[in-house]
Amino acid sequence: MIYFQVLANGLVLGGLYACIAVGFSLVWGVLNVINLLHGSFIVLGAYVAFFGYNLLGLHPFLILPFAGLLLFGLGYGVQRLAINRVITAPVLMTLTLTFGLDLLLNNAMLVAFKADYRKVILDPPLGSVVLGPVYLPLDRVAVMLLALLLTLLLYLVLRSSKIGRAIVAVRMDREAAALMGVEVMKTNAMTFGIGAFMAGAAGCLLSIIYPISPLNSSLFLGKAFVVCVLGGLGSVLGAIVGGVALGLIESLSALWFGPEYAVTVSFTLLIVFLAVRPTGLIGKRGYE
Amino acid sequence: MRSWITLALGAAALAALMLTGNNYFLRLGTFFAMYATLALSWNFIGGLAGYPSFATAAFFGLGCYASAILQSKGLPMVPAWGVAGLAAIAFAALIGLAILHLKGHYFAIASLAIAEVLRELVNTQGHLTGGGMGLNLPILKLGVEQQARVFFVAMLLLATVTAAVSIIVHGSKLGFGLRCIQQNEDAAVMLGLDARAHKTAAFALSAVFTGVAGAIYGNWVHYIEPSDVFDVLLAVKPLVMVLLGGLGTLFGPVIGAAVFLLLEEVVWRSFLTVHAAVLGALIVLLVLFLPRGLAAIRFGWRKGATA
Repeated sequence: MIYFQVLANGLVLGGLYACIAVGFSLVWGVLNVINLLHGSFIVLGAYVAFFGYNLLGLHPFLILPFAGLLLFGLGYGVQRLAINRVITAPVLMTLTLTFGLDLLLNNAMLVAFKADYRKVILDPPLGSVVLGPVYLPLDRVAVMLLALLLTLLLYLVLRSSKIGRAIVAVRMDREAAALMGVEVMKTNAMTFGIGAFMAGAAGCLLSIIYPISPLNSSLFLGKAFVVCVLGGLGSVLGAIVGGVALGLIESLSALWFGPEYAVTVSFTLLIVFLAVRPTGLIGKRGYE
Repeated sequence: MRSWITLALGAAALAALMLTGNNYFLRLGTFFAMYATLALSWNFIGGLAGYPSFATAAFFGLGCYASAILQSKGLPMVPAWGVAGLAAIAFAALIGLAILHLKGHYFAIASLAIAEVLRELVNTQGHLTGGGMGLNLPILKLGVEQQARVFFVAMLLLATVTAAVSIIVHGSKLGFGLRCIQQNEDAAVMLGLDARAHKTAAFALSAVFTGVAGAIYGNWVHYIEPSDVFDVLLAVKPLVMVLLGGLGTLFGPVIGAAVFLLLEEVVWRSFLTVHAAVLGALIVLLVLFLPRGLAAIRFGWRKGATA
C-alpha cells in the first residue's frame, strides 16, 4: 500500500523537478552552455515570492509572472553582456564564466538576504486531501500542476511563436539559422532569458514547499543536472520524463535505502546514464 | 634542460622559506605548494588533453579520507599518504573507464558528479568516516613550528615531484599524444593513437598527486569533514590557476597558483563577507579579457614593443 503513496510523492515532486530543469535544459541544448547560475536564479525567484508574500501580501502564484520577468531581464542582460562574448569558446570557458557569475550572484544574495533558511508559510494553508491509501498535500499538488502548465507553455512558445521558431532553428544549426536571417546573438539572449524566466517561476513555486536560502542553490542545480541527463537534453519532453523519473527514484530510494541515500542514488544514476546512455531515456530529440 | 634548472632553483628558493622560521610564510608556502600540485595535476587532463575535468575535488577528498581512515586503523602517516595516492590512481582508472569516452559538457558534468557521490557516501558511512561530524587525525608529537616545517617540506616535495613528472610528460610521447587528442581526437585516433590509454594515463596522473595532496592536507589541518575536502571550489580553483598561468603550458600552472594564492590572501583579508563575489568577479574578468592567461599579456606587450 505504501507504494501508492511513494508513487504519488514521486509524481508530485517530478512535476516540480521538470519545471526546475526545463530552462536549464533549454540553455544547454540551444546555447551549448551549462548555466551554473541556474540554481541561484531559482533561489532569487523564491526570494521574490517570499518578500512579495510577506511585504505585499501577494500570493506566490500571483507573483510568479513578475518574478519570471525580473529573472528574464537579468538573464537577458547576462547573456548579452557576458556570455555572448565567449559563446564560441571551448566548453571550459563558458562553464568557468557561469561559475564565476554564480559566485557573484550567490554572494550578493548571501549579503542581501542572509543565509537563514526561510519559507513562505501560507495563511491559511491549503490543507490536504486523502484519496484512499494516498495522502496528498494540496500545496504540493497545486505546485506540480502549475509547474507542468508552465512547462507546457514553454513548449507552445517554442513551437508556435516567432522567437520560439528562431530558438529551435539556432539549436538545429547555428550557421544555417544565421543565413536565414535569424539574429543569433539576440536569439541567444532571448533563450537565456527564457531559461532564467523558467528558473524564477520554478523558484516562486517551490518557495511554498522548500526552505529558501542562497545555500540551497547548488541543491537545485544538482537536480537540474540529473533531470537533464536522465530525460535527455534539450527537449521539453525530456525534462518532463527526467523530472518524473527523478521524483520516482528519489521517493523509492528513500523508501528502500533511507532518505539520506536519495542524493547518492540520483547522482550515481547520473554517472551510469552518462556512461551508457548519454542521450537519456527518450533519446535525442529537438525542440519541435 | 632549462626547465629542470628552473624547477631546481624554484624548489630551492621555496625551501629557503624554512630559514625565515616565520610560521605565516610557512603556511603560505605550504598552500602554494598544494595549489601548484593541484594546478599541475589538473593540467595533465585539462590542459594537455583538453578535457574539462572537475574531478579534482573527488581525488583530493578521496586521498584525504583514504589516508585518514587508514591512520585511524593504525597505519603510520607516510605509508598512508602513499596508499592514498595509489587509491586515487585506482579510482581514476576505474572511473575513467566509465566517463573518459564522454566529451565536452557531458564529461564536465560526470566528473563533477563524482565528487558529489563520494561526499554523500562519506556522509552516510558514519561508522567509518565520522559522517558529517568529520574525522580527527592523529596529531604529531612535535612542537607547532616543527609541524609547520614537516608539512611544508612534505607538500614542497610533492609539488617538486609533480613538476618533475610534468616536465617528463611534456617532453614525452605521452604528452605529444595528449596534445594531439586536444587538437583533434578523431584525427589522432585515425592515425593509430590509442586515445583511451592516453586519456586514462592523463586522468590517473591528475589523480595521484591530487590524492597525496589531500592526504597531506588532512594531517596538516588535523580535522577533515566532507563539505571541506569535497568542496567544488577545490575543483574550480586549480582550473582558474591554470587559466591564469596559461592553458597547457609547462610552468604556467605554477605561476597561476602563485598569483591566485596572493590574490586569495589579499581578498580574504580585505573582503571577508564578499570574498566569494570578488573571486567570482576575478574569474569573470579572466575569462572575458584574459582567456589565454597572464603569459598572453607579456606576449602582446613584446609584440607591441618590437613593432
